[in-house]
Amino acid sequence: MDWQLVVDSFWPLLLGGLAGTIPLALASFAIGLVLALVVALLRLSSNPVLSWIGRAYVSVIRGTPLLVQLFVIFYGMPEIGIRLDPWPSAIIAFSLNVGGYAAEVVRAAILSVPKGQWEAGWTIGMSPARSLSRIILPQAARVSVPPLSNTFISLVKDTSLASLILVTELFRKAQEIAAFSSEFMTVYLEAAFIYWMFCTVLAAGQNALEKRLDRYVAH
Amino acid sequence: MSHTEDRRQGTLLTARGIHKSFGTNHVLRGVDLEVGRGDVVALIGASGSGKTTVLRSLNGLETPDAGELLFDGGPVVDFGAQAAGQDGGRSGRRTAARTAKTNRAALRDRSAMVFQHHNLFPHRTVLENVIEGPTQVQRVPRETAVGRAEELLARVGLADKRDAYPHELSGGQQQRVGIVRALALQPDLLLFDEPTSALDPELVGEVLTVMKELAEEGWTMVVVTHELQFARQVASEVLFLDGGVVVERGAPAQIFTDPAEERTRRFLQRVLHPLD
Repeated sequence: MDWQLVVDSFWPLLLGGLAGTIPLALASFAIGLVLALVVALLRLSSNPVLSWIGRAYVSVIRGTPLLVQLFVIFYGMPEIGIRLDPWPSAIIAFSLNVGGYAAEVVRAAILSVPKGQWEAGWTIGMSPARSLSRIILPQAARVSVPPLSNTFISLVKDTSLASLILVTELFRKAQEIAAFSSEFMTVYLEAAFIYWMFCTVLAAGQNALEKRLDRYVAH
Repeated sequence: MSHTEDRRQGTLLTARGIHKSFGTNHVLRGVDLEVGRGDVVALIGASGSGKTTVLRSLNGLETPDAGELLFDGGPVVDFGAQAAGQDGGRSGRRTAARTAKTNRAALRDRSAMVFQHHNLFPHRTVLENVIEGPTQVQRVPRETAVGRAEELLARVGLADKRDAYPHELSGGQQQRVGIVRALALQPDLLLFDEPTSALDPELVGEVLTVMKELAEEGWTMVVVTHELQFARQVASEVLFLDGGVVVERGAPAQIFTDPAEERTRRFLQRVLHPLD
């Protein structure tokens, strides 16, 4: 192994992660969560049309490969006159993807809160929307931290696909350095290590968050 | 008797001909009810007699299929008219749905409820549970709401629990917080849905004591209960329900010592002397 190369390429790779992978994942996750809440509420709606829209969305997103979604947005859309740069394309694709997967998590978490909580909200005068935001969602959040952490960690790694639509993130950097140096094993292992580091930090964050949200639960 | 005639200032709530079905199960078959201000009305009866459904109809947790609810000073809700509106085509239905929603909310705003399983908000402290309605819904300034909440908590002996989470309390304490949460809304009517049924026997007394004090203070209460002693001592009127109708109603002294109906007699016999 070429240790000098490992040292020399560490900073560019890490920078690719910090300036590419992480912001891409954070932005997509944030937008995706909002989308997920909307889709979950659609699915839970008593209106059959709304609930069908929610179901159809989840079905399409989960039933098609993320890479294909990415290519449709970046390479396909220009044919219908919508030309987007790599970054916005990637954020849109990943957000839509997270929205589909996290919607099921959010829906299950909302359903896990006992019906009596909705009723208590009603009897103290709350509208359903207010009950949702002040009573149901805070409790649902606790339940959904572990599965949403899974989604987020998957997303961090999935952002490597964005290298295929020319986003300069960690893996794109790795490909450039590998091509230039022809040290594929070294550079790709190093990239893998950095992804793993990121995910370890995230897992620790998940633990801390779970502890914090658990404080009001009996053990 | 805790209730005195001079507290009466007329009727607070009248229910007429309340009907409710769940699917093919016709749970309420025409229930009439009149609650005077300061009254304590106890609803008794076996499980499945419809007493909880009656209670839940009074604050919009259930929407009756037919009947009328009239609160003194509003709202007045005619559920039969709403049902009729549902046959009036698409726009008629939509108007009816909107009216029903407004009516349910207006009903609910006159009362507060204490649940069988307290339904406290587990992610909020005792104090936060109590001020949630006043601050979030009634727009009471936070300091005012906190002051009132502390006063009420002190009255039920829970002043030192204000910063505890519900899971840190005993069942009886949780239920007393549930009562305080209801009181904090300053409703005209307090609804109790079997408030002691889920409690260990030794915790029942502390909750009933609080309820008795509220009755003595002149709160208007409708109480679904299995605690016949409580009904006997505290209620101003007892309604015995069976099969979705009020079989018998009257002063507790009369109902418990000299029921007119055979069904009432059999129910009391079963509950008061289960081993005979």
